Amino acid sequence: MNDPNKLLLSGDEAVARAALDAGVILGTGYPGTPSTEILECFSQLGGRAQWAPNEKVALEVALGVAFAGARAMVTMKHVGVNVAADPLFTSAYTGVSGALLVVSADDPGIASSQNEQDNRHYAVAAGLPMLEPSDSQEAYDFTRAALETSERWKIPVLLRLTTRVCHSRTLVHPRAAGPAPKTPHFERDIRGRVMIPAYARPAHRRLRQKLSEIQVWNETSTLNRVIDGDRKLGVITSGVSYMHLREVAPHLRVLKLGFTYPLPMETIRAFAAGVERCLVLEEGDPYLADAIRAAGVVVESKPEMYRFDELDAGRVRRILAGDTSPETPVPSGKPPQLCVGCSYRYVFEAFRKLDCIVAGDIGCYTLGAVPPFEAIDACVCMGASIGVGLGMRHVLPAEEARRVVSVIGDSTFVHGGITGLVEMVYNPPPTGHVVLILDNATTAMTGHQEHPGTGRTLEHEPTGKLSIEDLARSVGIPNVVVCDPATDKPGFERLLRDCLGNGQLNLIVARRPCLLIAGKIKDYERAAEQCCETLAQEP
Amino acid sequence: MSERVTNIIIAGLGGQGVLTASAIVSELAFRAGFDVKQSELHGMSQRGGSVSSDIRFGREVFSPMVPTGAADYLVVVAPDQVEVNRYQLRPGGVLVEPGAVDAAELINKKSSNVALLGILSRHLDFSEAAWLEVIAAVFPEKLLAANLQAFALGRERA
Repeated sequence: MNDPNKLLLSGDEAVARAALDAGVILGTGYPGTPSTEILECFSQLGGRAQWAPNEKVALEVALGVAFAGARAMVTMKHVGVNVAADPLFTSAYTGVSGALLVVSADDPGIASSQNEQDNRHYAVAAGLPMLEPSDSQEAYDFTRAALETSERWKIPVLLRLTTRVCHSRTLVHPRAAGPAPKTPHFERDIRGRVMIPAYARPAHRRLRQKLSEIQVWNETSTLNRVIDGDRKLGVITSGVSYMHLREVAPHLRVLKLGFTYPLPMETIRAFAAGVERCLVLEEGDPYLADAIRAAGVVVESKPEMYRFDELDAGRVRRILAGDTSPETPVPSGKPPQLCVGCSYRYVFEAFRKLDCIVAGDIGCYTLGAVPPFEAIDACVCMGASIGVGLGMRHVLPAEEARRVVSVIGDSTFVHGGITGLVEMVYNPPPTGHVVLILDNATTAMTGHQEHPGTGRTLEHEPTGKLSIEDLARSVGIPNVVVCDPATDKPGFERLLRDCLGNGQLNLIVARRPCLLIAGKIKDYERAAEQCCETLAQEP
Repeated sequence: MSERVTNIIIAGLGGQGVLTASAIVSELAFRAGFDVKQSELHGMSQRGGSVSSDIRFGREVFSPMVPTGAADYLVVVAPDQVEVNRYQLRPGGVLVEPGAVDAAELINKKSSNVALLGILSRHLDFSEAAWLEVIAAVFPEKLLAANLQAFALGRERA
């Protein structure tokens, strides 16, 4: 029998539970694999969770909560931190009154992202303490430790997860919940919170002071530990790499780092001095190896070929053996595809027929880039379709420019496309432009989360609804059309052809709910109606 | 309790219940008192692409992923996913193939995943009662009968 207090949880679920047990009063974020389930689970457990239009807004909301003396959590995938980077860097200067946990879920191996960036660099660049759990138990413990660290030093703390930690289920023994959250209150601190140059200069010095104090504290932190073993080879590691290492070489002496910025360099130095050879084992960029070498400690590191993709037991075995021979490729499975019956299929057929040059975006519809359609010519980041499309329209010869269309989903548009629309009105290309919004009434790719355009909250309750077409008209787009390509294919094709060549600024909303969620949307609407009726009947 | 870690991989296509089947096995091992790790990649799985899930249990499990070529059991729900996953199976490991149960005999064709668990159940050291208890805990009332039938059919065909 397992201990009745133990739970089998994913890393995401463990973070959610720990946040609740630690008195996080509000969790916010934007959906993104592999981080999405944290807020969904936090909500299911009874926490107050909300989706923000994007990660920047989410971080700002969470920062406001932490300025008000409460504990806040903000969650996002690795590329989301790029969007939130502006407030992130300066929040390190302002600090917080309560606590702010920033969760970055990285995707080594690019299971479901546009790049493989290693967000540990953000901790260094912004000057934020960072913790890296290796399984769900640590995801739970480190979340609580991160919140305590944040509150103790009045600084936002980065919890850096990876796909295998987020989406692996392992045993967790939760601790007793902490004391009830403090009642938020406002305390004026103009010099501490208003980052004009005169106040930001001392704030930067305060940040560096805090970090050096935290580094000293980290030298004795129990979040880093030594596993005794053979001193011929010592391994310094962090995150899930530690688990692969223990799998293949349980006899080695290991320094397992949990609190990875600022690094406990004296602990590292002593560990390296106590073994004959010292190897740094880490997934992704050589973050630890570079920092340790810069401190003058001689260590070996993995060959460059292992910077790419996830590590696993087999690759760790190869690294330990210094094996740089080509790896055996594994058979590739079936790639994902646009669902049979997806209304976007008609859109991509039309693009092909009209030989469009398509500036694409992030979502299910990015699958329009693969066969049989191969009808997307660029995909960079959330919202980039509009700017990239405009840039091409500006400089391509008129004949080619008139083939350019920007295509973006509803959730992605709200996240990062609105300012692109403003740009289009402000700097219109000579041939005009067409922005096509594929509005399937949900954030489909990440598992059907709500967003401001659906008019429902994270918990699917009715709330204020953003009208994409009203917004487009209000920013000054002369031709705004709403249609459903699935019900009128030739009509859609005509419309697109006209818009491409009419020299105007056009916004087409192709609207049809995602077929995977159409039924659920009806349920939410019915529930909302019943709720309204009940309220109306009450005396 | 055995020192050895048992490695199972369940594979198929998005929408075939690979993750549900995997949740049943890991819950079963968890209730039996093992250390358990289960790992999967999702995000693109709803778009009909390949999905696979690793389940590992034993006295102590480290890596959440079954090492390449070390699966003791490979359960494949989609016929076209057998060959691409075969390399995961260790020499002498057991392959549970989709053709082992005739989908036409199922009350609900979507229960193939659970039917294959019925076959797997003959190979693992958990009682039938323990399996049924977990299946009952995982499925909502309206899907339970079809899944219990599928499990029984798989157990019978094993």
